[in-house]
Amino acid sequence: MNKKRSFLQSISAAPHMVWAVLFIVTPMLFVLYYAFTKEGGGFSFENFTNLFQAIYVSTFVRSLCYALIATVICLLLAYPLAYILAKLGEGRQSLMITLLMLPMWINFIIRTNSLISIVHILGFFGTPVSVILGMVYNYLPYMILPIYTVLSKIDRRYLEASMDLGCTPLQTILKVVLPLSISGVISGITMVFVPSVSTFYISTALGGNKTTLIGDMIESRFLGSSGAINYYMGAMLSLILMILIFISMWVMNRFSDEKDGGVIV
Amino acid sequence: MSKLIELRGITKSYDGEKILDSIDLYIRDKEFVTLLGPSGCGKTTTLRIIGGFETPDEGDVLFDGVRINDLPPYKRQVNTVFQKYALFPHLNVFENVAFALRLKKLPEDEIVRRVKEMLEMVSLKGFERKNVNLLSGGQQQRVAIARALINRPRVLLLDEPLGALDLKLRKDMQIELKKIQKATGITFIYVTHDQEEALSMSDTIVVMMNGVIQQIGTPTDIYNEPKNAFVADFIGESNIIDGVMLEDRRVSFSGHVFDCLDTGFDSKEPVDVVVRPEDVDVVPLDRGMLRGTVTGVTFKGDYYEIIVDVCDFKWMIETSDFVGEGTEIGLYVEPDAIHVMKKSEFSGQFGDYSTFSDEMDNLSNPDAVDGEEDTAGDE
Repeated sequence: MNKKRSFLQSISAAPHMVWAVLFIVTPMLFVLYYAFTKEGGGFSFENFTNLFQAIYVSTFVRSLCYALIATVICLLLAYPLAYILAKLGEGRQSLMITLLMLPMWINFIIRTNSLISIVHILGFFGTPVSVILGMVYNYLPYMILPIYTVLSKIDRRYLEASMDLGCTPLQTILKVVLPLSISGVISGITMVFVPSVSTFYISTALGGNKTTLIGDMIESRFLGSSGAINYYMGAMLSLILMILIFISMWVMNRFSDEKDGGVIV
Repeated sequence: MSKLIELRGITKSYDGEKILDSIDLYIRDKEFVTLLGPSGCGKTTTLRIIGGFETPDEGDVLFDGVRINDLPPYKRQVNTVFQKYALFPHLNVFENVAFALRLKKLPEDEIVRRVKEMLEMVSLKGFERKNVNLLSGGQQQRVAIARALINRPRVLLLDEPLGALDLKLRKDMQIELKKIQKATGITFIYVTHDQEEALSMSDTIVVMMNGVIQQIGTPTDIYNEPKNAFVADFIGESNIIDGVMLEDRRVSFSGHVFDCLDTGFDSKEPVDVVVRPEDVDVVPLDRGMLRGTVTGVTFKGDYYEIIVDVCDFKWMIETSDFVGEGTEIGLYVEPDAIHVMKKSEFSGQFGDYSTFSDEMDNLSNPDAVDGEEDTAGDE
């Protein structure tokens, strides 16, 4: 009985396994293989040592900085907005959510392109500001939604208890609402930071050549003009980007774990 | 004892429905007051108005003689034990209790000392570092009480605080709450729908129904001298019979004229007469003031609960001697066992046991039945 059941279980898991191996593990292995292969073939650390050239280092730093700034701006804009949303009446809440989602139903490319004209009119096209604006504009809903979801689920009684014990409305937000919504903030940060740090189209469309991001570099190594194509370096850049994202996610989760852990222990 | 809190003509409506209808009430310092009534009677709304979570549409809330209608909760010298405790899930037991003190930025050693003291009082010593989400209902309850009391409020509001606990724990907590109230000298305003809880804990009971205060009094007053059929029925079991007041101390019901102690009615005034089931004596037919036929017998442990048909009106009577179904018996009622009430909007709605059965009892009050099973299991 037990054996049969585990057999059934493995059968039902099989499609997922095949999928994972075919479309996740295999490409990863390819990336890994290419990253440590020199042009013309053969194992090499050449791509890795190339990383330390000024152009790569500065691009990585720039990507991380831009993504970080965009994430912080998104958080500052999204939190109050999500808070206000969560306090609205039921009917108006869903209307506002629909309005927020509306831009996301429009194609990403069109959204970004329409931003080009606006930035031109405002007169800062091609600057870091316009790239960061592009990130904030495109990814803001991904920050609002998880925070809003968590906030709207916070039981009113906690807010009443906090007021009852002497918190002013502002203290209630800082001491009760904020700690209770931290999981939404963490997932919002993740959902904005990861696409921001790896984006390529936003910087190409809105920035000049001084705002090249790591995503642009990877893109040009794979799809660029024939002179720029270099699968091996592209693979190495992707690998490093992936590792950087992993590290930042790990730090973030540790931060949220610690918050919980501190409470329990 | 001075009036600490006073409600004057409080009226409150939601969506056009009147929840409270000109409530007048005062609460004295150091008093244990219970707001008692079925769900939807307005007792919780009254409590929330005192706590500052609702503002009355009309009327005034006074605290120590000062109008506090618009004072937000965080400025009131009142703390609340919420119905489902509302402990902060992101804080441990210590931090939940310390919450109010941290806001006041007291020195750390004083906070530690006072929290420890408070946890000791509610018998939760050693629970400081525990996660509140992992505590049992009774423990969460104690943390909620400690958290609300640490601020040394003038008044503690308790919104059905024992509702989620099982019967035995509820009884223990009743005693403990009363003890805490006496020890701290804090005014308790307690909301419940459980009449037994109200009777055993309160100095004063406020019986509410349909957003109106039906009666205010001590537990014995409320039990012995209910003002109308609703109060008589809600507080304990009652036979409520239509009667006519003939003159002072003479009342007629069920075809018999009784001596009683009640005065102050018009001659020939129709009234509601209350006789408690435990106040009726079963006697031989020739000695009975009334005679009836037993139609139901339920064994209750230390007594039998019998239903007796007297002139087509079903009485509930508690007797220690077994009487078989179908027996004709005599009933004897002492003058002081009769309580006469003016007719009210509730006349005729309560106090008739013709539809009474155990099943009905279970339907209308599931807690009591669970409780009875629990006690039986313990013994």
